[in-house]
Amino acid sequence: MARWKQSLVAAIGVTFSITMFITLLSFMSGLNDLLDGLILNRTPHVKLYNDITPKIEQPINKLNDTNVHNFIGSVKADASRQSIYNSNAIINAIEKDPRVLGLSRKLTAQVFFNDGTIDITASIFGIDPNQETKLYHFDEYVTSGNSADLNKVNNGIILGKGLAEKLLVNIGDAVQITTSKGNIFQLKVVGIFQSGVKDFDNVQSYASINTVQKILSVPSDYITSIQVKLKDILQAPAVAAAYQQLYETDAEDIQTANSQFETGSSIRTLISYSVGITLLIVAGFGIYNILNMMIFEKMDSIAILKATGFSGKDVKSIFIYIAISIGIFGGLMGLVLGFGLSALIDQIPFNTASLPTIATYPINYNPNFYIIGIIFSFITTYFAGWFPARKASKIDPVVIIRGK
Amino acid sequence: MEKILEAKNINKFFHDPVRIKVIEDLSFSINKGEFVSLTGKSGCGKSTLLYVLSTMDTDYEGTLLIDGEEMPKKNEGFLAKIRNEKIGFVFQFHYLINEFNVLENVMLPGLKLAKYSKQEVEHRAMEKLKMLGIDTLALKKANHISGGEKQRVAIARALINDPHIIMGDEPTGNLDKKNSDLVFDIFKQLADEFKQTLLIVTHDSSFAERTHRIIKMEDGKIIS
Repeated sequence: MARWKQSLVAAIGVTFSITMFITLLSFMSGLNDLLDGLILNRTPHVKLYNDITPKIEQPINKLNDTNVHNFIGSVKADASRQSIYNSNAIINAIEKDPRVLGLSRKLTAQVFFNDGTIDITASIFGIDPNQETKLYHFDEYVTSGNSADLNKVNNGIILGKGLAEKLLVNIGDAVQITTSKGNIFQLKVVGIFQSGVKDFDNVQSYASINTVQKILSVPSDYITSIQVKLKDILQAPAVAAAYQQLYETDAEDIQTANSQFETGSSIRTLISYSVGITLLIVAGFGIYNILNMMIFEKMDSIAILKATGFSGKDVKSIFIYIAISIGIFGGLMGLVLGFGLSALIDQIPFNTASLPTIATYPINYNPNFYIIGIIFSFITTYFAGWFPARKASKIDPVVIIRGK
Repeated sequence: MEKILEAKNINKFFHDPVRIKVIEDLSFSINKGEFVSLTGKSGCGKSTLLYVLSTMDTDYEGTLLIDGEEMPKKNEGFLAKIRNEKIGFVFQFHYLINEFNVLENVMLPGLKLAKYSKQEVEHRAMEKLKMLGIDTLALKKANHISGGEKQRVAIARALINDPHIIMGDEPTGNLDKKNSDLVFDIFKQLADEFKQTLLIVTHDSSFAERTHRIIKMEDGKIIS
């Protein structure tokens, strides 16, 4: 019954659409992961800190005297206490929380880098390089030098690439900084990092927590933020709200801080799926057309099959069988070609200054895409076959045979 | 005598474009082993009657019994089974499936019936082809043989399930004299030697005259 050439064309249609579906999704999702990784992987899921805001609740409000009114104007923010109260106790408690994957302490110092007569404003983040690497892939962005040296080298610093270029220093060189309180320090460059966001690289540098505490002349429990990474990112808003109340600090979750990334990712995914599914539906129409033509050509055969005892159901299943064979064959070919094409794209060099860790185009080899692809090719070809098959099953053999 | 086919008060109308009575209150029966020809002028309703009797056309009034069993009018699957098992068809046009070879064409209804294994069906198909003297063509594609040969293949296909009755609609209508005689001889042989019941629609009077019994129709009625 099969028309080989036509069936092959139909199968190629399915193959093409599945190939594009797989490639598109793998590439898009690879790109999504890359872009998300750019910010989201380096962003804590929940960040505990003390925000600089004017206090709504002024002490005078606590006076319960109804005979007087107080009017307080020009309330100013109080920045005297940026560190987190009782940070060690909070850290111990959070570490025991089963939802938490890990946490890192952080403090920030605003300093001037002295370069001859010019002072460059920048910040130094005090971090624990091991935790930072474990949770936020810090070492991936350290393009030269070693992040672990922050702990080994006394007064070591890792400079942003832009900052290092401005200061014209390299690993092993010393830089001089002045703190906002006027203290002067000598720091030794142990590495250069490149985050992929140029504005960061121009004004940021990293040192160990101890070093920064020394620069700021604060005690060793002084930290300005606790950055928590959760096992499940979706729990972040709930955890943030809970911590905010529990520890009486400000807490910000990743969804609030980076809502635009979530939106971007989901829209890109939506577009890839709709393009892929459109391709499949077009291929489905191809199969529908070819089977319809086949039925017109095979009227006689269908009539004699029915006359010699094949029921409408048998005829229908023959056509659905043909359609599904086309779908499965084309779909499997599409999976193989889609994998091949993705692998090929994966080899194409993709060098960009802003993404030091990426050498080729990103591809996500998620097996789900393949499963969705084959299921969709099965479903579309089934329906593409079902309508012509139903038509074939309703052919009246008497009409055909008498017509001759 | 055992009645293979019995029609009781069959009425048949064509509805399009206007309601016309094609078969009028027609009753007759065919006994086992009879070689019956159904003749009449063009448009007298003989082919229409044949399709009613063949169970392919269910839009009629009256009762049809095949092998003593009343045929329902609605159950398409059941009727298909009856056609497969109890009726063999030979049409004016051979209706072989070109993609298959001769042997596969003959085997097709047998495989559908699934009473025998594939090997057995193949063996039986070869026997039928041998009986009709076309066993040498078994492996040829159906569109690579001559018209007379095609009609003999179609007869072999009709015989594959040992049907109770073979129905033919002008089976010699497309054939030349020599092939017509050949086909007639085969039918005759089937009737005489194998006690095969046959009901053949024909307007070829020389064909009809040589059968056991002639049913003559005119204007939807049997006149003799």
